[in-house]
Amino acid sequence: MREHIRGRRPRPDGPFRGRAAALTALVLGATACASGPGAGGGGDGSGAGGELTVFAAASLIDVFEEIAGSFEQERPGVTVTLNFAGSSELAQQINSGAPADVFAAADTATMGQVVDGEGLDADWAAEHGGDALVFATNTLRIAVPPDNPAGVGGLADLAEDDVSVAFCAQEVPCGSATATALEAAGLEVTPVTLEEDVRAVLTKVELDEVDAGLVYATDVASAGGRVEGLEFPGAEEAANDYPIAVLAGAADPDLAADWAGFVATEGAPVLREAGFGTP
Amino acid sequence: MTAVVTRASRRAPRPRSGRVPWILLVPAVAGVLFLVLPFAGMLLRAPWPAMGARVTDPDVVAALWLSLSTATAATAVSLLFGVPLAWLLARTEFPGRRLVRALVTVPLVIPPVVGGVALLMVLGRNGVIGRYLDAWFGLTLPFTSAAVVIAQVFVAMPFLVISVEGALRGADRRYEEAAATLGASRVTIFARVTLPMVLPGIAAGAVLCWARALGEFGATITFAGNFPGTTQTMPLAVYMAMQRDPEAAVVLSLVLLLVSLAVLATLRERWVRAA
Amino acid sequence: MRPPERASGTRSGASVPASTAGPALDAELRLRRGDFTLDVALTAEPGEVLALLGPNGAGKSSALRALAGLAPLAGGHVFVDGSDETTTAVEHRPIGMVFQDYLLFEHLSALDNVAFGPRCQGAARAEARSRAAELLDHMDLADHARARPRELSGGQAQRVALARALAVRPRLLLLDEPMAALDASTRIDVRARLRRLLEDFDGVTVLVTHDPLDAMVLADRIAVVESGRVVQRGEPAEVARRPRTSYVARLVGLNLFRGEGAGEVVELADPAPGGRVRVSVREPCRGPALVAFPPRAVALYPEHPHGSTRNVWRLTVDGIERFGDQVRVHLLGPPSLAADITPAALAELGLSRGDTVWAGVKASEVECYPG
Repeated sequence: MREHIRGRRPRPDGPFRGRAAALTALVLGATACASGPGAGGGGDGSGAGGELTVFAAASLIDVFEEIAGSFEQERPGVTVTLNFAGSSELAQQINSGAPADVFAAADTATMGQVVDGEGLDADWAAEHGGDALVFATNTLRIAVPPDNPAGVGGLADLAEDDVSVAFCAQEVPCGSATATALEAAGLEVTPVTLEEDVRAVLTKVELDEVDAGLVYATDVASAGGRVEGLEFPGAEEAANDYPIAVLAGAADPDLAADWAGFVATEGAPVLREAGFGTP
Repeated sequence: MTAVVTRASRRAPRPRSGRVPWILLVPAVAGVLFLVLPFAGMLLRAPWPAMGARVTDPDVVAALWLSLSTATAATAVSLLFGVPLAWLLARTEFPGRRLVRALVTVPLVIPPVVGGVALLMVLGRNGVIGRYLDAWFGLTLPFTSAAVVIAQVFVAMPFLVISVEGALRGADRRYEEAAATLGASRVTIFARVTLPMVLPGIAAGAVLCWARALGEFGATITFAGNFPGTTQTMPLAVYMAMQRDPEAAVVLSLVLLLVSLAVLATLRERWVRAA
Repeated sequence: MRPPERASGTRSGASVPASTAGPALDAELRLRRGDFTLDVALTAEPGEVLALLGPNGAGKSSALRALAGLAPLAGGHVFVDGSDETTTAVEHRPIGMVFQDYLLFEHLSALDNVAFGPRCQGAARAEARSRAAELLDHMDLADHARARPRELSGGQAQRVALARALAVRPRLLLLDEPMAALDASTRIDVRARLRRLLEDFDGVTVLVTHDPLDAMVLADRIAVVESGRVVQRGEPAEVARRPRTSYVARLVGLNLFRGEGAGEVVELADPAPGGRVRVSVREPCRGPALVAFPPRAVALYPEHPHGSTRNVWRLTVDGIERFGDQVRVHLLGPPSLAADITPAALAELGLSRGDTVWAGVKASEVECYPG
């Protein structure tokens, strides 16, 4: 439920947008600035220069910053402004007319709000079957403390009486994913706690207060060696899809489409490193 | 207004006490509005028809019961440890007393979530003390109702200690000297002279402590977790409801508000009559 | 009342021979508080009431607190009935204390206030209460046994405080300004009653007061304390008649001078620039001497009087105030003195501040005693 906002929120009026973009570029893309605008060099989709505003789910902060850096490096003169927040909040902003070129959401339901609001760029959508493009997936893992004291081997072990388990509360997205996974496996597990978000589950595992918890693969990756992530069959049943789409109001639809494609292709290794699955 | 004037004029002339200066009145009224308006807004927006069903919902009843019982237990524990601690701080001189006093008030300053993490570090299954509780007695505190009480004591006891210490410092120590000349030991003086003298201060501290424990969220969710019936107190239930259904959260908040107001009003009534 | 039942001190009689012939109270109190030092020695016989009389800040209350053990001694000793209590903790001393505003426990009834001490000494509740009831009865307070302290009058509260102090069967009763909290109208009654109650007490009573009347009425002996020292000791009549310091002289209402006796005439010491002043006295005295006479013995004249008056001085009026049904005229000397005259005399003389006037004192009114 945390909300991250990096860079400045785009404003409808030009000068501010420009300055925000410049600032973001300064902070995020020092290398791109060093190469200088107008240095030439062609990308495959668009000409030199241009500004791109991307709205993205907060869980994408690290990977998108890295991908934006590479993007700007390969397309001199292009600056990418990133705006991070909770997916549903961003969707509401887009539907209210916020000037975004690309939207990357943490789940298809939220993207659905934008699709239903006819917020997608018609040409781009036509190329992608009328819908957003799923560029990453996040699946659940069983997180256990490094030495796995309870000897958890699979989802069924969580149902054991002497294994203490932490789940996300039903009310938050990771909680409903957990419910889906358990249902798919035909298991009934009584956790000792229902945490308010997935990071809290991770913390309980890190501190070895519980024997296991269900978290996303990306959370396991971000925890470094402090927890061990166990894959389990059926996890993909509860997988979370991350869709990306070019928006109807995009100032430069080609550049926006270029970015969306870049994330799905060149961005894939970065995403995988962060624990995401890629199609 | 007329009635007031007539009544006043009938009385013997009295010096006018003067009007409340606006420079104090305006901020005071603004302060009251600021504190009261959010509740007023909540009352206006509350789905009153759904109230009855909500209040009798077993999960809500369980959370409410857990909140009231743990807050009361936390207050009892705080009294047990906090009153002697306040006495020590107010009535004795020992090296490091100021430091101890500062440390005692630390929970007032730090975010309760941090307090919860600190409790996990010490009393958690893998904590400094908790690991021995686990190894020797098979006792793990986190995710139990006891952990809820511990978290509440941690954040609420300082209120009691500060309040009682203030009362002790304000109490006339000569009464204690009088008791000593009558042959009373320090323990007797404490129990039979000091305690009755500072009883109003202790009561005020206990109320503050109870109210703080009742509203405790951060340390509880961190240290005790969140599970309906065992560790999900009302504030946690409110927070969880907020994730999905803000209207339900408003209802739960109102229930908590009304119940705590009722309890405090009853207590106050009893004290006023006793005094 | 019977001898104390409580253990007195932890080192009873170890260091000092417990002589039975010694005084009931033998105390030497030395303590220091900032710049102030107190150094007083007090002794008293059983049944005796000793008053510590002195101005505010003289150290009387400090001395009392030191006797009670509430203020630590820098040096000296406290013996009560021959046993050394110098290092005994407050709660184990054979004392009872009545505080200035009584300090009755507000949450207890008068009876339970009095029973508090016996309970602390280990008496059973019923026994403590019956002893308390007996004491209250003795003090005509039986009807007020159930009353809370706030419901009692000043005089009743004082008696409850006294009963509370006596309930522990003390050997040393300490009274700190027992009359100070009372209003003037009730003082006479209360003082007389206190006097009778103290007469029944067979231990030593030490009473602290700044009111000479309390000291005169209540005490068998007076010790005048000024600036942490005892400046005069004696029986009340003696102190009243022959004050040794200007403070005591003022308290007992006498003009007092220090001088050198040469038979029937005393030459006053430290006269103002006006030169030597000689005073004729009733009985001859020699050597360092104190000279005292009451203001009412001073007569004022517009001109130099002719007659038998031996002491006549020309003085300046410094101030005039009402004093009972008299008028007190403060005169600047040498010698500076006070004269009490009738309002009629004042009207006749037509005095106001700065006027000069003749003052005469008969030698037969002037007392001289060794200084």
